[in-house]
Amino acid sequence: MAVTVPRPRLTWRERLYLPAIVAGLAITFKHFKNMLLGRTKVTMQYPEQKWDSSLPEHYRGAPALVRDEDGRVRCVACQLCEFICPPRAIKILPGEIPSTDRFAKVEKYPEQFDIDMIRCIFCGMCEEVCPEQAIYLRKDYAITGFTRAEMVHDKEKLLEIGGVMHGVVLKWNEKK
Amino acid sequence: MDSFFIITSLLKIVGILFVVILPMVSYVVYAERRVSAFIQDRLGPNRVGPAGLFQPIADIFKLLLKEDFTPRAANTFYYWLAPCLAVMPAIITIAVVPFGSTLFGVPMVIADVNVGILFVFAIASLGVYGIVIGGWASNSKYPFLGGIRSSAQMLSYELSLGLSVIPVFMLVGNLRLTSVVRYQIEHGWFIAPFVGDWINPWKWLLTIPMIVSFLVFMIAMFAETNRLPFDLPEAEQELAGGYHTEYSSMKFALYFLGEYAAMITGSAVIVTLFFGGWHFPGIPDGSHGWIFGLINIAVFFTKVTIVILFFMWIRWTLPRFRYDQLMRLGWLFFFEIALVNIFLVAAILPYIPKV
Repeated sequence: MAVTVPRPRLTWRERLYLPAIVAGLAITFKHFKNMLLGRTKVTMQYPEQKWDSSLPEHYRGAPALVRDEDGRVRCVACQLCEFICPPRAIKILPGEIPSTDRFAKVEKYPEQFDIDMIRCIFCGMCEEVCPEQAIYLRKDYAITGFTRAEMVHDKEKLLEIGGVMHGVVLKWNEKK
Repeated sequence: MDSFFIITSLLKIVGILFVVILPMVSYVVYAERRVSAFIQDRLGPNRVGPAGLFQPIADIFKLLLKEDFTPRAANTFYYWLAPCLAVMPAIITIAVVPFGSTLFGVPMVIADVNVGILFVFAIASLGVYGIVIGGWASNSKYPFLGGIRSSAQMLSYELSLGLSVIPVFMLVGNLRLTSVVRYQIEHGWFIAPFVGDWINPWKWLLTIPMIVSFLVFMIAMFAETNRLPFDLPEAEQELAGGYHTEYSSMKFALYFLGEYAAMITGSAVIVTLFFGGWHFPGIPDGSHGWIFGLINIAVFFTKVTIVILFFMWIRWTLPRFRYDQLMRLGWLFFFEIALVNIFLVAAILPYIPKV
């Protein structure tokens, strides 16, 4: 069914268009002026301003390995994270801790621990599954590189991101 | 004397083209982007250099390094010719516009011809060829439609453009643009006659048709330079870019340059005809010292910049006209208004006591 849209009858002032044009110019000038005086809120200027200070506690950024207060790499190379990882981004090569070591009773340590950051989906399952509180998702989100090889975080890189974790259970202490 | 004339003319041409117009075009593009951004609550280009001031240079390099593509179906000769035709008239027009008084006794106008405004109209209307030929030679629908629209639009607005300035020349008495400026120095600017014999009430009566004339001329100038309320030939939403859809690289840049150069020359003509050219109350002309000559040039280009900013302001405020509205406006309103305006001025003119 055809519907006839009623057109409003314009008064002569409206048909002159000039008042409307002037009103429009006034509006755009107001926006221009507010911008010039810095009163307008604009988008965050990303590389200069960052979210870092206001990221929530539960933010899931790049996964990282941590050391504890004793300076020990907490990972015991149980490979649970490697199993759980949905995109299979983690590769662990376990090694044996020599008997002369201070933490010899831990028995295993990761000789190699690679996380492919191209694959990682930041799901946090590795953190959840870890029985040793050794892997955490940190707040780094801008992970970039020029090559694929650069995007694979090796053990040193992961420890560097992770740093030292305080307040975790120290179940491998000599005293225990 | 002759060689002196040739050398100063060459200096003026090179100076006005490479020192003023071309840098001005690139910075007008930058200003356009910044102003539009500010009006739309954005920031615009602010990364390259301080406040993005080197953006035009980066843009020029980008355009130079892009692939210069010619579609196989295009008519190569005209396809290459059209961008040149778009730039040329816009730049040539500036030749007759006086951009300053005198500097070391040399008049600051490249060619002080006695047909002044006719020359401006004759050359400026050639600008449509760049668009029409470009649209035709691309051998593609959208540029073709853009070209057609452009030719119709230019034809309709050329009329009111020409008629609207007749009152100015009825007052001045000849077509030379320098004498238009001279007249405005003696009798006050046409828009606001505050200098000269401004106490004369008839003078003020005359400003009413002058303002009408100015409005019609400016609106026709918008249409002539394809600025936004009338940018039908390059309506992005309807024509995928219009006449320059098939152009890339430096050829596209030439179109861009032509459009903005036309805007600058258009503003220069508006300033000369209605805002007293290089004159500003209280500032003497170049015969009182070279410093005043330079100040006169600065005054002129400041006025041009203000008019260009107004062009931009209008562009980012008003939506585009529909094609039939455009034609209706051109033929039924501006043409008649300009015509009536001429008679109005002619009726007032005999009552103005000669000074």
